Amino acid sequence: MSRITVIPFGPQHPVLPEPIQLRLELKDEKVVSALPVVGYVHRGLEKLVETKDYLQTVYITERVCGICSFIHSVAYCQGIETIMGVEVPPRARYLRVIWSETHRLHSHLLWFGLLADSFGFENLFMQIWRAREAVLDLQEATAGARVILGTCCVGGVRRDIDQTGRDLTLATLDKLEQDIKKIANPILKDYGVQQRTVGIGRISRELTYERGAVGPTARAAGIAQDLRQTGYAAYGELDFQPVVETAGDCYARLQVRVREMNQSIELIRRALERMPASPISVPVKGNPDGETVSRVEQPRGEVIYYLRGNGGKNLARMRIRTPTFANIPALLAMLPGAELANVPVITLSIDPCISCTER
Amino acid sequence: MIMNLSEIKLENLIGAVAAKRASGYRFVTITCSDLGDAFDLLYHFDKELKLETLRVRLPKGAELPSISAEYFAALLVENEIKDLFGIAVAGMLLDYQGRFLLPEDAPRNPWRRPSGDADPGAAPRKEGSDHE
Repeated sequence: MSRITVIPFGPQHPVLPEPIQLRLELKDEKVVSALPVVGYVHRGLEKLVETKDYLQTVYITERVCGICSFIHSVAYCQGIETIMGVEVPPRARYLRVIWSETHRLHSHLLWFGLLADSFGFENLFMQIWRAREAVLDLQEATAGARVILGTCCVGGVRRDIDQTGRDLTLATLDKLEQDIKKIANPILKDYGVQQRTVGIGRISRELTYERGAVGPTARAAGIAQDLRQTGYAAYGELDFQPVVETAGDCYARLQVRVREMNQSIELIRRALERMPASPISVPVKGNPDGETVSRVEQPRGEVIYYLRGNGGKNLARMRIRTPTFANIPALLAMLPGAELANVPVITLSIDPCISCTER
Repeated sequence: MIMNLSEIKLENLIGAVAAKRASGYRFVTITCSDLGDAFDLLYHFDKELKLETLRVRLPKGAELPSISAEYFAALLVENEIKDLFGIAVAGMLLDYQGRFLLPEDAPRNPWRRPSGDADPGAAPRKEGSDHE
């Protein structure tokens, strides 16, 4: 006779780069339900903002996440610029796109490597992370830092990409495109990978939408929604179309991210080609007085910033809802019915970022 | 300025949220701010990339009805609000008892401000105070 067993999955687990616990109720080897337990890395960053001036807050937002740091600063700066009526120069908007997409590339590559590792493909994991190193090196060469760039500021960006940087970027992208092709095709066609992902962690389009999922998790279930479609920064001038799959399983989420890596490469090429000559920032005077909501597309999906200033140097309130926070309810719907052995891959398939989630 | 913002009364919250669900909106999140004497709550929804927001004013000491029966995804942020601001949320599908985001040894409701406390940011702070 089978009975219910409770197994704590995490907070420390080989496939989890960050701490989250899922309390799994199992009947034999099958998951009956899952309860998320967070709170291991809550830093209170939203509260910290109330003690810093709004220009310093850019650096705090970059530290919300160590993977998609630049995109956090874009969301924040965009919101402040809306409140203060600042118009960002066109070249700065394109530069924001370029570094946002390099962040998406290295984030997806990081996830891809972790996924390979979770299957036991250690050599593949190292090859993927070697490819990721080239993106980090590119960020260092063009922005001056490997992960936390510090280039986005209220009113534009701090650094430009000159002809040498442009040539280096294009050469890096050509090599990266070949590397991704070499790595992705075998893994997508691998029998073992397909056995562990096709039909696993499946969630319907309707339930995905109802649970409020975002990013590749939503797009893999057929929801063609990506904040880049709104045209923020320079995306409106780059013929952007979201990548969509329909199966709603782990394999579809893998496919979406692989296709998005290629899409990011293409977006950077287009941005370099179409980037106009202009100043890269405008001076900003005064303090924010008003409120707004700013949304952008992170590698894991929509991030939303609520910002409110009362005319002082410090913001009265900053609130961040990160994509993993939005994807946890969908994850809870993917797990029931799954074999215990598949829980690590299903959990990884939403690309959980817990530091972001807890802020 | 927040686009597509509607101010509603607390007693109309559940009905307004149910109407959003019936109209096919995705739940995005809830933003809570402590204004001193009351809480400012913003319920954000999305439909085809258009963001709509409901604003509710909750007096200190009043109970907030949970919308988790309408939108399951809301229960995480409702628990977060309960943790940080000490708002009593009635009818949550899952109640972490104030320990969702905060560990057992953390202070209770650390972001709740005393009634009558000035809104942070309202009084301009000393110029460059953080650079000294």
